[in-house]
Amino acid sequence: MDLAQALLNGNRRALAQALTLVETGGPQARSLLGALFAHTGRAHIIGVTGAPGAGKSTLVAALAAHWRRAGRTVGIIAVDPTSPFTRGAILGDRIRMQALSGDPGVFIRSMASRGRLGGIARATGDAVAVLDAAGFNVVLVETVGAGQGEVEIAAAAHTTMVIETPGAGDDIQAIKAGILEIADLLVVNKADRDGAEQTVRQLRAMLSLADLPADGWTPPVLTAVATRGEGIDAIATAAERHLAYLRESGRFTGREQERARRELRLILQETALERVRARVSPSDWEALIAQIVERRLDPYAAADYVLDRALPRSEE
Amino acid sequence: MDRPIRVLIAKPGLDGHDRGAKVIARALRDAGMEVIYTGIQQTPQMIAEAALQEDVDVIGLSILSGAHMTLLPRIMELLRDHGMDDVLVVAGGIISDEDARILKEQHGIAEVYGPGASTHEIVQFIQERCKTRT
Repeated sequence: MDLAQALLNGNRRALAQALTLVETGGPQARSLLGALFAHTGRAHIIGVTGAPGAGKSTLVAALAAHWRRAGRTVGIIAVDPTSPFTRGAILGDRIRMQALSGDPGVFIRSMASRGRLGGIARATGDAVAVLDAAGFNVVLVETVGAGQGEVEIAAAAHTTMVIETPGAGDDIQAIKAGILEIADLLVVNKADRDGAEQTVRQLRAMLSLADLPADGWTPPVLTAVATRGEGIDAIATAAERHLAYLRESGRFTGREQERARRELRLILQETALERVRARVSPSDWEALIAQIVERRLDPYAAADYVLDRALPRSEE
Repeated sequence: MDRPIRVLIAKPGLDGHDRGAKVIARALRDAGMEVIYTGIQQTPQMIAEAALQEDVDVIGLSILSGAHMTLLPRIMELLRDHGMDDVLVVAGGIISDEDARILKEQHGIAEVYGPGASTHEIVQFIQERCKTRT
């Protein structure tokens, strides 16, 4: 496990290569993660999500700069969607993070969603584990809050921040997207624009309708102008308060259990599928697909057929 | 498992003309590559560091300012310092044939593209060169 050791020793090239490995997945990635696992569990993991153009990258960069001034190290994972047509992606989040360049206490990695169902959540979780093991105090995970998958990534954090902008959609939009359920912190960014106060009021009103436990955490609604660094200190403080709340209330363990449960499920899904597919030759697979298309076999029966063949032999 | 080719597209130096870089970024994405776009006015240090953190296979440098004989060798030097000599580096911009020759022969730039180079040609070159590497 040279790579794991180099990474633990603070070698940034090894860290970058480890991230590539876990992003791709496979047996080597699994043994690396196994070697790193004992060194994880120390970072404050913060998910940041919101609509495209809400200012997530700028806000993430400003928060990172804030924590750097406080002497804490910061790892950042910025996830952008892969084109479903070409498998390609343009990952542009670094453009807004230039100010962090040259700081050895910061490590930024862009990730494409690569169109894997559930796979991106697993890959992101593993990348977080790698940064955690590498010793970063805070790990920020930025995703576009457009689809269920992305929301799920953000929800896997200790603290989830949802970024809104003034006038972006009505209150029903927020309910539909399930945004309020996952937010530990709501930020109205670009608060120097018209309608910011109204957006804050709407979000607070909706939170008051939500079924929050009386003794629990009420997500604060904060404002920011990330490009000017306004409101950043308060957001960072709120995130730290949230972590303290989780610890003091005993809910931290609950979150960790939730994370472990989710992680185990995702890993099982992916590795099980990998093993099952390895037992079916590409031509058999295509034959099954053809039978389904011709309506000679229903997809559930096809799945049963594959599973019956694959699972009993998977104990090696 | 096969993974997409990862490319860093950066503009070293002070010129702010990034149309060409964006056209290339898009063509590479359409060819199935993951393109990390870092924008204009990048120092050699910023480019080498981004390449390291993103663990890219390829770096595409767009430079129109005329400072290529200073900036490009410096970037190559920093990449070597980071142990990233295996990264394929291509450059595009207003670069004379003589400068291009020196950049390729003495500094390890794999290819230099001038005005009129087709995106197709660039995509193909990158795909070919990444295929032969392990």
